[in-house]
Amino acid sequence: MSFATTESIEEIKARNKELIQEVLTVYPDKTAKRRAKHLNVHEAGKADCGVKSNLKSIPGVMTIRGCAYAGSKGVVWGPIKDMIHISHGPVGCGQYSWGSRRNYYAGTTGIDTFVTLQFTSDFQEKDIVFGGDKKLVKLIDELQELFPLNNGITIQSECPIGLIGDDIEAVSKAKSKEYGGKTIVPVRCEGFRGVSQSLGHHIANDAVRDWVFDRLTPEKSSRFEPTPYDVAIIGDYNIGGDAWSSRILLEEMGLRVIAQWSGDGSLAELEATPKAKLNILHCYRSMNYISRHMEEKFGIPWCEYNFFGPTKIAESLRRIAGYFDDRIKEGAERVIAKYQPLVDAVVAKYRPRLEGKTVMLFVGGLRPRHVIGAYEDLGMEVVGTGYEFGHNDDYQRTAQHYVKDGTLIYDDVNGYEFERFVEKMQPDLVGSGIKEKYVFQKMGVPFRQMHSWDYSGPYHGYDGFPIFARDMDMAINSPVWRKTKAPWKAVAEPRLMAAE
Amino acid sequence: MAQNAEHVLDHVELFRGPEYQQMLANKKKMFENARDPAEVERIREWSKTPEYREKNFAREALTINPAKACQPLGAVFASVGFEGTLPFVHGSQGCVAYYRSHLSRHFKEPSSCVSSSMTEDAAVFGGLNNMADGLANSYNMYKPKMIAVSTTCMAEVIGDDLNAFIKTSKERGSVPQHFDVPFAHTPAFVGSHITGYDNALKGILEHFWDGKAGTAPKLDRTPNEKINFIGGFDGFTVGNTREIKRIFDLMDVQYTILADNSDVFDTPTDGEFRMYDGGTTLEDAANAVHAKATLSAQQWCTEKTLAFIAGHGQEVLAFNHPVGVSATDELLMALSRITGKEIPEALARERGRLVDAMADSSAHIHGKKFAIYGDPDLCYGLTAFLLELGAEPVHVLSTNGNKAWHDKMQALFASSPFGQNCHAYPGRDLWHMRSLLFTEPVDFLIGNTHGKYLERDTGTPLIRIGFPIFDRHHHHRSPVWGYQGGMNVLVKILDKIFDEIDKKTSVAGTDYSFDIIR
Repeated sequence: MSFATTESIEEIKARNKELIQEVLTVYPDKTAKRRAKHLNVHEAGKADCGVKSNLKSIPGVMTIRGCAYAGSKGVVWGPIKDMIHISHGPVGCGQYSWGSRRNYYAGTTGIDTFVTLQFTSDFQEKDIVFGGDKKLVKLIDELQELFPLNNGITIQSECPIGLIGDDIEAVSKAKSKEYGGKTIVPVRCEGFRGVSQSLGHHIANDAVRDWVFDRLTPEKSSRFEPTPYDVAIIGDYNIGGDAWSSRILLEEMGLRVIAQWSGDGSLAELEATPKAKLNILHCYRSMNYISRHMEEKFGIPWCEYNFFGPTKIAESLRRIAGYFDDRIKEGAERVIAKYQPLVDAVVAKYRPRLEGKTVMLFVGGLRPRHVIGAYEDLGMEVVGTGYEFGHNDDYQRTAQHYVKDGTLIYDDVNGYEFERFVEKMQPDLVGSGIKEKYVFQKMGVPFRQMHSWDYSGPYHGYDGFPIFARDMDMAINSPVWRKTKAPWKAVAEPRLMAAE
Repeated sequence: MAQNAEHVLDHVELFRGPEYQQMLANKKKMFENARDPAEVERIREWSKTPEYREKNFAREALTINPAKACQPLGAVFASVGFEGTLPFVHGSQGCVAYYRSHLSRHFKEPSSCVSSSMTEDAAVFGGLNNMADGLANSYNMYKPKMIAVSTTCMAEVIGDDLNAFIKTSKERGSVPQHFDVPFAHTPAFVGSHITGYDNALKGILEHFWDGKAGTAPKLDRTPNEKINFIGGFDGFTVGNTREIKRIFDLMDVQYTILADNSDVFDTPTDGEFRMYDGGTTLEDAANAVHAKATLSAQQWCTEKTLAFIAGHGQEVLAFNHPVGVSATDELLMALSRITGKEIPEALARERGRLVDAMADSSAHIHGKKFAIYGDPDLCYGLTAFLLELGAEPVHVLSTNGNKAWHDKMQALFASSPFGQNCHAYPGRDLWHMRSLLFTEPVDFLIGNTHGKYLERDTGTPLIRIGFPIFDRHHHHRSPVWGYQGGMNVLVKILDKIFDEIDKKTSVAGTDYSFDIIR
């Protein structure tokens, strides 16, 4: 059982600090000094979590992070459904990221939509030696011939592109001209750039700015008449349908969603976004850049929101409504009231099964903080959290709005640290990614993947909350966890063989 | 509102309801600048035609839905087959996140591997410091018995020299001088994951046999009676390796499995995370030089490794993912010939049972047309079994197959009356396969999880045999090799055949062909 319920806050803090010190002893001195800056125990009232972030991962430690390509192709651009995204370079990057993020969309795949196809230039040695620009030229011609209904193309650079000096910008411009101004976007998201997925998000945002917004024509941007209630959903990747269970609420309160960035999104929606009255931003980390740009260039305000769990959903609906007139404010109240019976029923059903259970999180983007409210709505407590690729502004938001005093904070945690923390803190649930899932399940700790929703979802919005509650209940209260010890063997604490 | 607390609807049902369908239709109409549905339909139909196929097969630069991955994945897969071994991939860190995810999604197991996390400065100055720091950290944190180094394409493009870097790292004290750090250059722009498997395994054997990069005397081979067995890159490694061990034990043959990852990809849930489990011991890896012979289950996964072993004086023999009667016969007879051991009656009985099962069911498979894709050896093994069953493997496609594979496949087709109208397609991808399935339809498709897109587009039922298999669970635990493995494959195929008949004939208002006895 969690120590959090049996010890005082001061004891918890002391214990967590001790735990950090203990973990650091494994490292060579230089590494211990660097890692110490990323681990901390949160002090209530502080402006941030007291950890360094967005710094290089240390070689050899088994970081959980990915790369800039993953941030651009995998996160930002990949879900734009009517464009073809070329994994430009060797075959692996596109292969491993093929269809794994569950960005749902509607469309005829391979004909007018392309998200779950793997397009690659499959670089061979000669492409490295002689450069890949000619191949890219030919590749774009072949795309045009075989997929005539594609509405645009992006070139997602893999590591070699930037190292061998290819000029994908020149190719993009030339081919765009040849195809009558077709949108062709070169993205410099080579995996060695930056320290994590995060720079890939930024580069991808900048590519939208430079290659979509800066090339808008009147014809592209005037496909519908604007209304005073037009908003764009920014930073929702429609994982398991999240953007849809969000959109439905915004429409119910009287707003009109003119674009989704980028889950189930289309090029036309990107192009129309400058007409929005408000950009509402879910994943701040991956899309704050373009939101700020639209604020500066087009004067569109943006507001962050959180659609995990009824408390945050209601708070967010009211905050969004605050940018509009009474009609929308009343709409928000109507929506909140409409779903209250569902919320009450979900809480009545699941809270007794989950009350007091503790959770440790390690995820990317917005989730290390955003999901905390949903757990609390179910009576659960988050005792540790950290960001795979967060920046200090993420930790500020976390400290100021989400975590409790004494929470263990671990930035860019690695396999060794995370296993140790979980082993010692014994949470009732760990929420992290596929690479972590089986490690903790082997230890007998219930686990949910909080990137892919463990193949479930949606978790956003009122329709998502019952699914979230059901999933956490089935993870924690599965009868399988009572079978992990053979009855003829003495009960032992979970331990790590590797680290002994 | 369709959602309710009693019967929670998730994505499978939620979005198919009228509220969401209406919402999606409005979104499409108002904001997506969507194509005219008639035009979409026209292109969809056109994409099924011989004309489209011709354009599709004329592609030179574009690859769509390839059935292959890159070298380091294979290197990681091979490396974890050694006792206490931590794979260390030198280069960008995102790659390692991808390999680990990929392997975990297939095996539903942890996959441990580290990166040297090279970034822009390393691209300019080289990754020596990353290597030195990385080895020190890995060694201290994860207490491996061996660290097996391979490379991402980034390190290969800038030309990092693993041998020199490891040597320098040891001089700097990253790991003890005598700690084993074998290495292999595994550029992603050459070959595929099977090439990486080959390079990594050869690198490890070379390390132990040929003097540990100049730091130890080379081993002198003193031939003994043991047999080495190499499985190759294999999504069924857990089931297959155990089946091979069972067969070798039944034959009373002394053996060493080289790169035995059957335990590390199948650890129990009992409260303990085993980062390392099982694997070929380092001592056995070294002593494998003395073996009488080495058998590889997959020719195209082990070309360089077998040549290296042959160079040390051993007999080497390669098979092609041995599935079915004759392939297993050949394996057993070769083993018997080399070891002088008789094939025991128990295995003859197993063989008889497989033949019995084939005879019982052959009427349902005979003459059925199949398309197969996957790694070159898997394709060969499955094709050979289908021919034994009287089925016609009409299209056999391997993205990482080469000209030699093509020729060997065509020879296999030529050897059977059921192979007369069959063709092998090396270097092609699943978008080519799509055209093949539309223009020359078959009854069933055999492939990995990605084949489900082909199943949806073309209506060809998919039988999942291959790698990766993400959307079905636990099949990797059962063998496809040996007579018992053949039985498993037979049952998989039959189940799909019968399910399809039931699907077709389960029609309200009729009661014909919906048989309870077949």
